[in-house]
Amino acid sequence: MATLDAPLIVSSRREHADAHTLARYLATGGYDALRKALTMFPEQVAAEVDTASLLGRGGAGFPAGRKWSMLRKAPISYLVVNGDESEPATFKDHYLIECDPHQLVEGVVIAAYALQVTQVFIFVRGEFALGLERVQQAVNDAYEYGAIGREILGSAFSVDVVVHPGAGAYICGEETALIEALEGKRGFPRIKPPFFPAVNGLYGEPTVVNNVETMSNLPWIVLHGGAAFAALGAGRSTGTRLFALAGRVRNPGVYEVEMVKNTFRDLIFDPRLGGGTIDDRPVTAFIPGGVSAPWFGPELLDVPLGQDEVAEKGSMLGSGSIVVMDDTTCPVRAAWRITRFFARETCGQCTPCREGSGWLERVLFRIESGEGRDDDLDLLLDLSDNISPGLAWPPQQTTICVLGPSIPSSIHSAIDMFRDDFVAHVATRGCPHE
Amino acid sequence: MSEVPRTEVAISLDGRRVSARPGELLIEAAERAGTFIPRFCYHPRMDSVGVCRMCLVEVEGPRGATLQPACFIRVADNMTVVTQSEKVKKAQDGVLEFLLANHPLDCPVCDKGGECPLQDQTLTHGSGETRFVEEKRHFVKPVAIGELVLLDRERCIQCSRCTRFAAEVAGDAQIDFAGRGEMLEVAASPTQPFDSVFSGNTVQICPVGALTATPYRFSARPWDLDQVESSCTTCALHCRVAVQSSSNRLTRVLGLDSDPVNHGWLCDKGRFTLDSVDANPDAVDPLDAATRITEPMVRREGRLEVVSWGEALRAAAEILREGATDPDGVGAIGGAALTNEGAFAWQRFVRGVLGVEHLDAQYDDGLDAALVQCLPGATIDEAARARVVVTLTGDLREELPILFLRLREGVIKGRGALVEFSFGASALRALATVSLATRPGEAHRVAQALATAQVVHDLAASDTALAEARALLGDTGDGVVFVVGRPNVSEAAAVMECAVRTLAERYPAATFLPALRRSNVRGALDMGLAPGLAPGRGVHGVSGRDTSSQLDALAAGEQRAVLLLGGGLLGNVADVERASAALARARVVCVTGHGGATLAHADVVLPAAVAHERAGTVTNIEGRISALNAKLVAPGSAWSDVAIAAELAEECGQTLGIASVVDAARAIEETTGYPALSVLAGDGEGVVVDRAAPAPRRALDPMAFPGIRSIENSGLSARAGAITVESAAAHHPAARATLGEVAAGRGVDVPHADAYAWRLYLSRRLYDHGVAMRGSPALAPLAAPTTLGLNHLDLDRLGVTSGDQVVVVGPRGESRLPVVLDDAVARGVVEVAFGSLGPDGEDVVATWLSSRAPTTEISLEAR
Repeated sequence: MATLDAPLIVSSRREHADAHTLARYLATGGYDALRKALTMFPEQVAAEVDTASLLGRGGAGFPAGRKWSMLRKAPISYLVVNGDESEPATFKDHYLIECDPHQLVEGVVIAAYALQVTQVFIFVRGEFALGLERVQQAVNDAYEYGAIGREILGSAFSVDVVVHPGAGAYICGEETALIEALEGKRGFPRIKPPFFPAVNGLYGEPTVVNNVETMSNLPWIVLHGGAAFAALGAGRSTGTRLFALAGRVRNPGVYEVEMVKNTFRDLIFDPRLGGGTIDDRPVTAFIPGGVSAPWFGPELLDVPLGQDEVAEKGSMLGSGSIVVMDDTTCPVRAAWRITRFFARETCGQCTPCREGSGWLERVLFRIESGEGRDDDLDLLLDLSDNISPGLAWPPQQTTICVLGPSIPSSIHSAIDMFRDDFVAHVATRGCPHE
Repeated sequence: MSEVPRTEVAISLDGRRVSARPGELLIEAAERAGTFIPRFCYHPRMDSVGVCRMCLVEVEGPRGATLQPACFIRVADNMTVVTQSEKVKKAQDGVLEFLLANHPLDCPVCDKGGECPLQDQTLTHGSGETRFVEEKRHFVKPVAIGELVLLDRERCIQCSRCTRFAAEVAGDAQIDFAGRGEMLEVAASPTQPFDSVFSGNTVQICPVGALTATPYRFSARPWDLDQVESSCTTCALHCRVAVQSSSNRLTRVLGLDSDPVNHGWLCDKGRFTLDSVDANPDAVDPLDAATRITEPMVRREGRLEVVSWGEALRAAAEILREGATDPDGVGAIGGAALTNEGAFAWQRFVRGVLGVEHLDAQYDDGLDAALVQCLPGATIDEAARARVVVTLTGDLREELPILFLRLREGVIKGRGALVEFSFGASALRALATVSLATRPGEAHRVAQALATAQVVHDLAASDTALAEARALLGDTGDGVVFVVGRPNVSEAAAVMECAVRTLAERYPAATFLPALRRSNVRGALDMGLAPGLAPGRGVHGVSGRDTSSQLDALAAGEQRAVLLLGGGLLGNVADVERASAALARARVVCVTGHGGATLAHADVVLPAAVAHERAGTVTNIEGRISALNAKLVAPGSAWSDVAIAAELAEECGQTLGIASVVDAARAIEETTGYPALSVLAGDGEGVVVDRAAPAPRRALDPMAFPGIRSIENSGLSARAGAITVESAAAHHPAARATLGEVAAGRGVDVPHADAYAWRLYLSRRLYDHGVAMRGSPALAPLAAPTTLGLNHLDLDRLGVTSGDQVVVVGPRGESRLPVVLDDAVARGVVEVAFGSLGPDGEDVVATWLSSRAPTTEISLEAR
């Protein structure tokens, strides 16, 4: 059974249908954290975040406090909030943006204060029509309320926040592509080095890019202290985390659970959470952290939901999306669907990803539709290797950004775990699951 | 103790210890060390983007050896680089395989086949087998992205060289990527076609056959082409080119990377006017500019008839000798399109055989030759790197396109400030630190105001702008380069000359780059093809008639005969009616390779080799002497100018002492020290006398310039007896005029503007109606329609809007023309392009000009 005694840090207003309104937000302690933060020195706020050991919730999992302290050596020009959550089966930021936009805004302003940044951009995925409307409304309300703008809440600190809608490209979730898009250019990722946002970011200025969930944690951390946050979870993975649970589960949805104290099994099977698989069919595989992550088999269901714990087993918690497959799921089809997503979303800037994704997708589709060839598995693995040499974890890459090496993860996992399935597809000239 | 910046670092390259320049790109350091790293998107003249991923190599870093793009990584001391490992090979093979996955296998019908970097690198780095069995992507092919450039999207490998060139180098970002992923494609703006005058460069740097140029497309296979290195003489910049031909027909011109001049780029006019040399066999009318003159002709009963050389030379000699019986009865006009050797031979003919000093290479459309020669010179490089560059020219993109690119790069890269005397619209304007609005007839007063800090109230330029410019120039003009031309041919040359003298005297430390436009005009002046000038940039104290005075003398009957060196007089003087009247009274011998209206007045026509049909040296605006290599045999009976001059001298009973181009080059070098022979015998890229020898030649990008390496050093076989450049530069016998001598006693008096009239700004367009354009089917349609550019206040005053027709009333007639809004034109000024044609193809401007006034005023009527 899952351990659910930890406080809800980012989803505490989930029961309120009007949680997105300023009235409800104020009625539930909204902007108290900002008020408190404004009584502290910016360094103290940053120190609390550092104490909390809050890991970035965007995918890479770099400690937010450390990111800030590295940057505070030089003045930061811009804070950019990445709300371009676009991966299949990933929808935890979607929830925060749509259902608790003021919490996001308050966190953003706290971060801006800690970093002494006066201009913030919140980049929200273009397809989040309602989310965009609500974040914009929250920003407008906050301006009116005095939490954003000139000398906010009576303090000497001024900050402006701009909500920028994405134009429908997954790649703009990559921070340097996002920065290009903010600058009004085509969303092509920049080469790192030298274009680390911290050094050479938006308009060539030092820029902090943080994820929506990371920001949404800040009000609670300021109110309750970094130590209280750090007391939750274990090891490097502190606090709670939002997980988007999808696939062959009874109760798909967004769940906030304490890190490390719970396992994948708890999340998937606890009746208060995922409630088990549909028709109680056996789990054959699951994706532990978004479609870029290598898959886990059922033998790893008891791995704790912690960053290092998952990394040790060769995958990642990544974007916080967990997709469950059972014995009715065709792994070839699953790998094809994921690859098709990447093939449609690759920006096309650099060769291996632009050409490789489409090629891989075509080969997988051929296998799935009964046109597979004997040497296709070797071809898939070799092409994957040409995008991500060695097919190791963490991956190497021949591409500019990490979208490239994300493509082989599912293909490599599927072939590794379900080679017989692939062989059967080729041998029987069709999908045995249909 | 301060640290001396290091000039060298050491890296380990495949286990070898190799030295590199700090901060240099790894791909360049490796190449200099002899290791070629394959690449597609990298171009040495553009910023790296690292997108094709072909140049991945292993670089040792904090996280072990990782694959990094060599075109993006800058070398650091003790960097360890591996370019040959299994891992690198697999990555490069993989990238190549990915590039080929969707690339059509149409090499046999692709223009790029045989000179294709993708083909070449597939052979050297590819796996040899395809594993891609799926359907390749398909696009409609080809699409025109501009008038001259077609795009075959199936072949595109998305390297972004063309889009980067357009945005970064040319500043014409009308092409960019559209779509994404596999369907990423280069596309032109739906509203603005890719009409850049530099569009052909995208074709040259395309590493596959995706971009093709309409004039070359499907016309040849690269392995059938024969090529020489030469200089482009379309304008006076002399970009280095590879001239390619097949079966004695020009097929293509490619830019070569000459560090001091063109950086590999060419303008479309230089690249695509080759048709005017040999592609119009149907044009036979000598009055048609598209016609090549290939046989000697003599006028009989009013018509030009083809005759033998002997007959033509006799007739020509008779005319010229008859004229020369009178001390001032003969003269020569033209010669700016000659080689230095041709110009030298003709000036020797005019001075030595005809015994007159009446000769002028310019058509009264340039600057005083003696003034140009005595200004302290600046090179193109110096202008592009100057602390402040000041332009007193028309739109340089229209006049000297590659000079525009060089100055633009200088400003964009932040090397210096740009001050512009702004006569009208100019592509450099957006980059100018200060723009000094200058109306016709005003430049000398703007210069005066700049130099003296006097407040002058009736100038178009504001006091603030003048003060800003003055502050930039500093006290002595140290680090300042003035680029001086003749922006307005309907304005007396004295206006610009006066402005230039004022600036030269006020800013003694400044240097000058003369922006004269025509072909080898600087070389012709250097060879003494102007009154009072001696070969080798000297003066010789005797004065004679320039073009304008000769036309007057011809019209008055004081001069009875004229030798026209080139057939372009009527196409290039501003006042065509005056020139026609003068020629109509004269006996005319015309030496030309092209037809044109001037030939209507010719009594004898002697066919000359043009462009790439002749060898020799030419001298560009900065004084750089470079070599032309002959690629073609001249058509019909055409001879080189040196041969014609020599034979004509014989016919006149004298001898020039020059029988060939090499003779002429040797004579130039021996008598003046001007290193014509040395350049002809050397690598041809050329030298500027009095300047340090150029840096070692930049390694050519083997992708951008396929196959050209093999011709780099194939000069003329004139090596025997060559004088080295050093020794040539050491003796420099010709006396040079000083500014004081040239400046003395010349001024200009421009009357006040008539408030009811408009002053004419007769500007230059690259795509004009000249010989090169008219003879080139690909370019001729691009000549801009005739319009009157007016300030919005003047449009309001006339009660018209952009596109409306107004009537221009000049002293000798009127024409009805459309107006366009152009706020770069000052109030009270109307801008018209030189050579503009009216609705019936007539030269409209000719009817407006009032000959000898310092400025031309015309009335506009909205009716």
